Amino acid sequence: MTLSQARAAYFWTNEENMGQRHKDEILYDHNHDGIDRRGFLKCMAWAGTGAFCVMQGGVLKSYSLSRLADLDPSEAKGELSFAQISDSHMGFNKAANPDVVATLKAAIEKINALPTAPEFLLHTGDISHLSKPEEFDTADQILKSSIAKDVFFVPGEHDVLGDDGKQYLERYGKHAKGAGWYSFDKKGVHFAGLVNVMNLKAGGLGSLGNEQLEWLEEDLKKLSASTPVVVFAHIPLWSVYPEWGWGTEDSAQALSYLKRFGSVTVLNGHIHQTMQKIEGNVTFHTAASTAFPQPQPGQAESPGPMKVPAEELRGFLGITEVNFVRGKQALAIVDAKLG
Amino acid sequence: MKGKKKVIVWIAPILAFSGLYAQAGKSANAGRKESGSGSEVKIDNFTFAPGTVTVSAGTTVHWVNRDDIPHTVVSDDKTTFKSKPLDTDQEFSYTFSKPGTYSYFCSIHPKMTAKVVVQ
Repeated sequence: MTLSQARAAYFWTNEENMGQRHKDEILYDHNHDGIDRRGFLKCMAWAGTGAFCVMQGGVLKSYSLSRLADLDPSEAKGELSFAQISDSHMGFNKAANPDVVATLKAAIEKINALPTAPEFLLHTGDISHLSKPEEFDTADQILKSSIAKDVFFVPGEHDVLGDDGKQYLERYGKHAKGAGWYSFDKKGVHFAGLVNVMNLKAGGLGSLGNEQLEWLEEDLKKLSASTPVVVFAHIPLWSVYPEWGWGTEDSAQALSYLKRFGSVTVLNGHIHQTMQKIEGNVTFHTAASTAFPQPQPGQAESPGPMKVPAEELRGFLGITEVNFVRGKQALAIVDAKLG
Repeated sequence: MKGKKKVIVWIAPILAFSGLYAQAGKSANAGRKESGSGSEVKIDNFTFAPGTVTVSAGTTVHWVNRDDIPHTVVSDDKTTFKSKPLDTDQEFSYTFSKPGTYSYFCSIHPKMTAKVVVQ
């Protein structure tokens, strides 16, 4: 194992894999910022059971979701709270989940019941299943009932079918550039929404393209290195499993622009399961779908919808809550299952 | 003895026929990247089967999506042929008038690739 390999910690946040997690934990304090990374990683492991972690003053505090009723709100409050949902696939109706409307509604209910109300939602794509207007309409309607004031989107490959993303842009990308990329700031945290599902080439992976990369470089230039940055895009910006298209051809270039920042969080979807990797100051995280699960890399013939017993379905779907407390700390990311 | 022989003689061709029928009708199984000279391509399990189809100029090739996820049929150059998104059981056809090798892929899941060889 090389030093750079050792610096990357891979672990699953699914409950079944929690036992394997410990051997993948790598403990470095190479930021010398006093962050208790052992505690951070341990807390991430509890995420599968529905734990809620908040970083305050470099100390990680964790609470199980069941105890949250007893919690003093000021203890749980970070400076910025938002939630990530992904892959709602409105319009999907096959065996893996005949009722994606019900499971998206359950996800919103879960979000609305979080102890710290998220200020906004990030939807990391595949809002619809077939880019049909009624599918987008239904998703929008359900999202309206969330307690969060705003929803920020990036498209998945299912959202740009048949019209090269024209409808997606009209609905969700009015202030965006190109195929729908944009950035915004919330309480000193910089967010960049990227599009990596356009102009895909035969045999290829996700693609950002030169125009977007140039925009990103320019967009990040003016920020100080201490600004926490969150980048969100549909297809993972790291190489999860290229054989199944789970990666982005030119993400290395994007990541090179992020290298100088002290805290970078990359939030993706597409693979319909939670996965996390930490490399230096960058935390990569993929969210579960609110519609249907997909198999773990290489565990099936293809990355199609994975059928599970009906009563177990909600255990494979989920939402993600992200909390940021000002300081040099990484953002606390917690995945919660729907059932 | 005579009776027995007769039975054996009849059974053999029946078995041969049913074997042939089974192969002809069901050969386009998911996941098997074979060559074919028929003009039908089945899409299932994120695979075009057969992966290579060889036809004569003027043949119409039919694709049918049997997967539980939508796919498209798009030539590598993205202009020669381009289906709309095909949901489960939807079909697409294209008539290949000029000889050549036409590589294509699914534009939604670009790792899915295949080709049509037109002679």
